[in-house]
Amino acid sequence: MADSYRNKSNSKLKQFFAGDLWYDFYHSPVALLSFSISLICLLLALTAQLIAPFDIFDLAAIDLMDADLPPPWAGEEGDSRFFLGTDDQGRDIWSGILYGAQISIFVGFTSVIISAIIGIALGLLAGYKGGRIDSFIMRVADIQLSFPAILIALLIDGVMRGLLPREMHDELAVYVLIFAISISGWVQYARTIRGSVMVEKNKEYVQAGQVIGLPSHIIALRHILPNVLNPIFVIGTIHLASAIITEATLSYLGVGMSPTTPSLGTLIRIGNEYLLSGEWWITLFPGAALVILVLSVNIFGDWLRDALNPKLR
Amino acid sequence: MTLLEAKNISIGFPSRHGMFVAVKDVSFNVQPGEILGVVGESGAGKSTVGNAIIALLEPPGEVIGGEVWFKGKRIDNLPEEEKRSMRGRHIGMIFQDPQTSLDPLKTIKQQLVETIDVHLRLGRKGSEQRAIELLEKVGIPDPELRINHYPHQFSGGMRQRVVIALALCGEPELIIADEPTTALDVSVQKQILDLMRKLCIETNVGMILVTHDMGVIAEVTDRVAVMYNSKLMEIGPTSQILSNPQHEYTKSLISAIPRPDKRIDRFPLVSYIEQVIEPEQAFNIKDHWLGQAREYTMPVADDGTILQVKDLCMRFQISNSLFKSKRRYLDAVKGVNFSIKEGETFGIVGESGSGKSTIARMVTGLYTPHSGSVNFLGKEISAINHTPEVLAYRRQMQMVFQDPFSSLNSRMRVMSIVAEPIMFHKLAQSSEEAEQIVLDLLKLVGMSDDAYAKYPHQFSGGQRQRISIARALATRPRFLICDEPTSALDVSVQAQILNLLKDLQQELNLSMLFISHDLPVIRQMCDRVAVMQFGEILEQAETEQLFQNPQHQYTQHLLSLMPKLNMLPGRGLS
Repeated sequence: MADSYRNKSNSKLKQFFAGDLWYDFYHSPVALLSFSISLICLLLALTAQLIAPFDIFDLAAIDLMDADLPPPWAGEEGDSRFFLGTDDQGRDIWSGILYGAQISIFVGFTSVIISAIIGIALGLLAGYKGGRIDSFIMRVADIQLSFPAILIALLIDGVMRGLLPREMHDELAVYVLIFAISISGWVQYARTIRGSVMVEKNKEYVQAGQVIGLPSHIIALRHILPNVLNPIFVIGTIHLASAIITEATLSYLGVGMSPTTPSLGTLIRIGNEYLLSGEWWITLFPGAALVILVLSVNIFGDWLRDALNPKLR
Repeated sequence: MTLLEAKNISIGFPSRHGMFVAVKDVSFNVQPGEILGVVGESGAGKSTVGNAIIALLEPPGEVIGGEVWFKGKRIDNLPEEEKRSMRGRHIGMIFQDPQTSLDPLKTIKQQLVETIDVHLRLGRKGSEQRAIELLEKVGIPDPELRINHYPHQFSGGMRQRVVIALALCGEPELIIADEPTTALDVSVQKQILDLMRKLCIETNVGMILVTHDMGVIAEVTDRVAVMYNSKLMEIGPTSQILSNPQHEYTKSLISAIPRPDKRIDRFPLVSYIEQVIEPEQAFNIKDHWLGQAREYTMPVADDGTILQVKDLCMRFQISNSLFKSKRRYLDAVKGVNFSIKEGETFGIVGESGSGKSTIARMVTGLYTPHSGSVNFLGKEISAINHTPEVLAYRRQMQMVFQDPFSSLNSRMRVMSIVAEPIMFHKLAQSSEEAEQIVLDLLKLVGMSDDAYAKYPHQFSGGQRQRISIARALATRPRFLICDEPTSALDVSVQAQILNLLKDLQQELNLSMLFISHDLPVIRQMCDRVAVMQFGEILEQAETEQLFQNPQHQYTQHLLSLMPKLNMLPGRGLS
């Protein structure tokens, strides 16, 4: 009889689909639309290797003769192979966007996860232990918050570049970016978690754990942590959008991804130089892709925040 | 003439799962100068009735049937604008919590004068004069001076008086009071009830008093309507309902009230209320895991003392400073002494802030005492710092908490919650054995067979408190601390939980420290009792002796405030 409760792993899924969150989601056109657009962007980017018409990393496949071609539907000299045109090196813009989005999304997701792990750990520690540890962690957070995130990322990026040998720059650029963005983003996770932990730790179920004699790390991880994770999904979603923007900004400023492995930001930067000479497609399409991606993720995050917080309804 | 008449009203809350009917077919009337009590347990629909009359139902709630007549005029179908002008002018409202029903940013004068002017159009001077008269009427001393104060400058009881004055501003003919004394201490409750009684007689105002507390009903109402499960069970003169209830539910509700006047063995007839499995003896406790292998390596002292507390003090720092002289402290417990013998229930009673819960937390080790000693099973608790030994002592002493909604981790299944202490202290050979023990424990506290696989939010408050008790028993403790274990529960559920605690104590020979603000509950549960005020024990005596012959002035005062309930029937008692 007692075994049956273990075999209920899929009942959580059932509970989710019967719950209010799924109902709200299913009945909200905004949520459905933004979520499906985000999902489509994600799928397109993840399957870039399969669906992109050209491999933009393959130097042999690039022909300088194809450079600066406008989209075929917008100019006479356009080539039907490149339906969004080509850039200054003859790379297909559409393929560039797919590969670029893949890099942007990879950097975004990884830095969100790393930020969240750092932030949750420090927030839990600060909230549960209190006292000096709390003061120290939160003052560091305050100091970091007094600089814009992009500045922190720039600083870390610059320092890392200075430390690493020049020939490794391009190779390690993506990891440097992830590191810089994660470090600049942990604060909001830590603050939120700390606040919730301070509320939770005064609840009687925590005291019950102490009366049983459980050591504090078990109480913090097994009892408090699962009860404070809800807001993380909201912050994470909204942070994903801002991490993608930060990555694009850094790349746009020339300290992110290199032109040989371009992300969306790099593509926008490359195109920007040609904007005034009339070659608008090189920067417009990557820019539009970035806007669609970030906007849909942001709107979904907003909806999620409202849906999880009944007071805002 | 009848002031208010409700005819077969039903109230529903539409949701995506269909219409939830909160009130079904309820009829009653109120006469001028009369106080009608509406009593029921949580979820009975009593507050919803009050809100519906004054058209303040929380959206999406709506009246789905029936009529409300006020002074010969139908009011439930009036347009919104006319309903609004009824409120305050003809029907006043007093809410539960005086903390939140006054605007903290305005003085009392601003709030009163504004309301009076809206309803009576007396102009500034006239309204002010009227406001001072009202404050005088509700018993606020120096009304000319106090009227310029802000709400936070009044105590809880005074604030509730201001709220009553505010309800009287429009000279209403009917007042609806929703749990007006629930947030107040007993001594203040009595004064407010007396005031409401006086106002009804003097001004011929009718009142609907919504409450869960039979003591309040007995004290002040003329007639009472008993609600259960969205329906009206019984309505009639208060003395008749209390002394000779007709409906089964009312009978069971009244028998569940802890009697202040005499000690009884068990609460009879409480099975009507919640579907509980009566804890049948499915297994013999003596042979079971629960009954055996209790650590007798830690024997009780020769005179039977299991816990001894000496000169216990606790101080909290309320403001920090770099300089020692500027730090300020609050002495929550000042030099408390008591001892508890094996198998005994020791009670601590006192009003809020008296330090009784702090003592419980020091005894369990949640707080470290500032000074003094806690001696448990012959060992100084604060002197033990060797981890295995600390755990061995912890295991002997468990706690049942006040709030069943926050004392269980909502992310864990009941099985994991109750099994956690067993696994942690390695009290079972295998996880299969631990699971079997959990199932037996749940049965022992009267939970149904399928409870183990559910989450806490799927249970009612009383059921959660049972789970909480099962968890406390899972370390096979000899000493149980109950900190207001029933104050968050309805009276009938309280009776069941108290019965359960009594049964468990007998079967397992538990010693108990029982903390409560509720004197009748203390009388039913405890062998000896200590009365606390401002962190000190004023009087300590055998329970019966304390109730019959209180020595200290404060004890006498507390006892005099207990609702008398002398109309209760004498039947069904041992």
